[in-house]
Amino acid sequence: MAEQIFYDHSSDLSHKAKWYAGRVAVYGILIFWTVVCLFPIYWTVTTSFKLAPNVMQGHMIPFVDFWPAWKGWDSLGLSPRLAGQESTVREEFLKRFTNSAITSVSASVLAVVLGSLAAYGLSRFRYKFGFMRNPDISFFFLSQLILPPVVLALPFLVLYRSLDLLDTRIGLILLYTLTVLPIVIWIMRDQFQSIPVELEEAALVDGLSIWQAFLTIVMPIALPGMVAAFILSLVLTWNEYFFAALLTSTDAKTLPVMVASQTGSQGINWWAMAALSTAAIVPLIIIGVVLERFIIKGMAAGAVK
Amino acid sequence: MSQGDLLHVVTGDDIGERRRFIGKALIWGSFAVVVAAFSWCALAQTGYLAWELANWRPALYAYLLWATCLCIAQVVLHGEQGKRTLFVLPATLFVVAMVIFPLIFALTLAFSNWNLSAFEGPRFNGFDNVRQMWTDPFYWNALKNMVYYTLAILVEYSIAFGLALIMASQIRARKFFRVAFLMPLMLSPVAVSWMVGKSMLEIRFGPISRLARWLGWDRPSFFGDPEIARLTIMIMDAWTFIPFMMIMLLAGLQAIPRDIQEAARVDGASGWRSFWEVTFPLMLPVSLTAILIRIIFKLKLADIIINVTSGGPGGATDSVTSFIFREYRDRSNVGYGTLLAIVYLVLIVVAITVFMKAVDRWMNPRY
Repeated sequence: MAEQIFYDHSSDLSHKAKWYAGRVAVYGILIFWTVVCLFPIYWTVTTSFKLAPNVMQGHMIPFVDFWPAWKGWDSLGLSPRLAGQESTVREEFLKRFTNSAITSVSASVLAVVLGSLAAYGLSRFRYKFGFMRNPDISFFFLSQLILPPVVLALPFLVLYRSLDLLDTRIGLILLYTLTVLPIVIWIMRDQFQSIPVELEEAALVDGLSIWQAFLTIVMPIALPGMVAAFILSLVLTWNEYFFAALLTSTDAKTLPVMVASQTGSQGINWWAMAALSTAAIVPLIIIGVVLERFIIKGMAAGAVK
Repeated sequence: MSQGDLLHVVTGDDIGERRRFIGKALIWGSFAVVVAAFSWCALAQTGYLAWELANWRPALYAYLLWATCLCIAQVVLHGEQGKRTLFVLPATLFVVAMVIFPLIFALTLAFSNWNLSAFEGPRFNGFDNVRQMWTDPFYWNALKNMVYYTLAILVEYSIAFGLALIMASQIRARKFFRVAFLMPLMLSPVAVSWMVGKSMLEIRFGPISRLARWLGWDRPSFFGDPEIARLTIMIMDAWTFIPFMMIMLLAGLQAIPRDIQEAARVDGASGWRSFWEVTFPLMLPVSLTAILIRIIFKLKLADIIINVTSGGPGGATDSVTSFIFREYRDRSNVGYGTLLAIVYLVLIVVAITVFMKAVDRWMNPRY
């Protein structure tokens, strides 16, 4: 074996050691934060398969520490054992789930339609409604973000009562649309401003009307932005609790309200609550994993100009 | 707010006398229907008409009719120009109906005493609510808490900035970490308040309590002491929203051209100095946007508090929203709650305007 002739200088080696130390620190922080982010989810999902002794002895890892049981899911009627049977709890859960799905999807669709149209108009034409010009109209829409929901909550309670819209999905959909509309307009305005005007000019020269140009030329290009706005609205409306707690009671109650109403009454019945929480967060976790790139695009839209 | 390129199109519309008349007739005709529907409802409600009316729905339908007619009339009256108005008009009408009208209604509500569960209707009581607010220690306490909660954003911001810097550097498995870090934002605050607040922080069996005991805290209690309770709520809220700031900051970091940082390195700046003198100043606009949006979201903070502590112990964790929610739940008096909410709104608008003006001064100093 030949003798080594060239040696790294000791200062170079210390540099290398420093680099390794930096890497270890960076990945250490990343892994620590991953644990911080994911542990509560892991805890909830595993707890839904635990029995009382497992909870009390603090068992963490399924199949090693404890043997998973379906007790928590039984209490929701969602376990394989109860799959074929009638179950009132399951019906209750599914009803809340459908309410949540219908309200959040329709509110998001409505907000994306209204918001994209407004954002397109504001990014392309010059308006004058009385004293309001384009920047004023934009500000009028975006300033809705500042409005805390609590200001509208009690007046809406009274108004909805006299309009007979309390405890209906329509009422909730309208309010949710309002809460996400400024965010949609924010994202979409950014999106439309990045599309060159020459496209529409060419389309108009070719004889399309402005609405045809919008629907056939601009919209397909802006579709990723619309999806981003839609997903972000969906997340916000699915999780909304405050209005739903105030304005719904039996018919239109959504999933978060159901989760909240169980927390007090069930006491230490952890497996059932864990199962319910898991069922409430699973749809969004799936959306988050699959459509992560759209969510990030939506949130980054306003940040970078 | 910057303006994109505007689309300039010259249109020649020939709008005759007759068409103009039809347009005007549409607007004013449907407006008359609205007025008629409103007065009909009002009369029926107060009982001047023999006929009982269950609700105000006719007025709502009349408004919808008027909104539709107004949209149609734009095209009839202004031709091509009107078709452009149609892009913005529906959203405007929607927001006006859902915000401006309820806000005006809220103003009348704020100066009355109206117990929803009682049989009698609203009773105007002048400035009684204001006087009550002035002497309500819990409301001022909630406002004070909001200041603390808002100040916590600075800590959240530093953590988010640190994470964003790491995410923007060269690391492996970036996509995995991005998805993992995004997760807390996807969870509903209600689920979080059970998952973290009620079960993981449970004193006897919760994993965090176990950890705290193992670390030497004899009797961990996260909601007993006012200061600690507030801190716990802050941490739970930070947990859900740090990803949000991190993603905005990450987008900002990725938009900085690489050659600027390379130039700084060639000039001999150390990592620390190139951060403070190059990266951080370049990130200021994005940072301020992120902080402003975060403040706006923070001011709505309520779900976690309502579900975990419901304001306790002794109002130490109350936010304004959760306090008003509880106030309504306990006494079902909409008048007082509305007044508190409106005062809150005024304070927010003033504070945010001052904040934005200060930022503007600071970013574009005039010498």
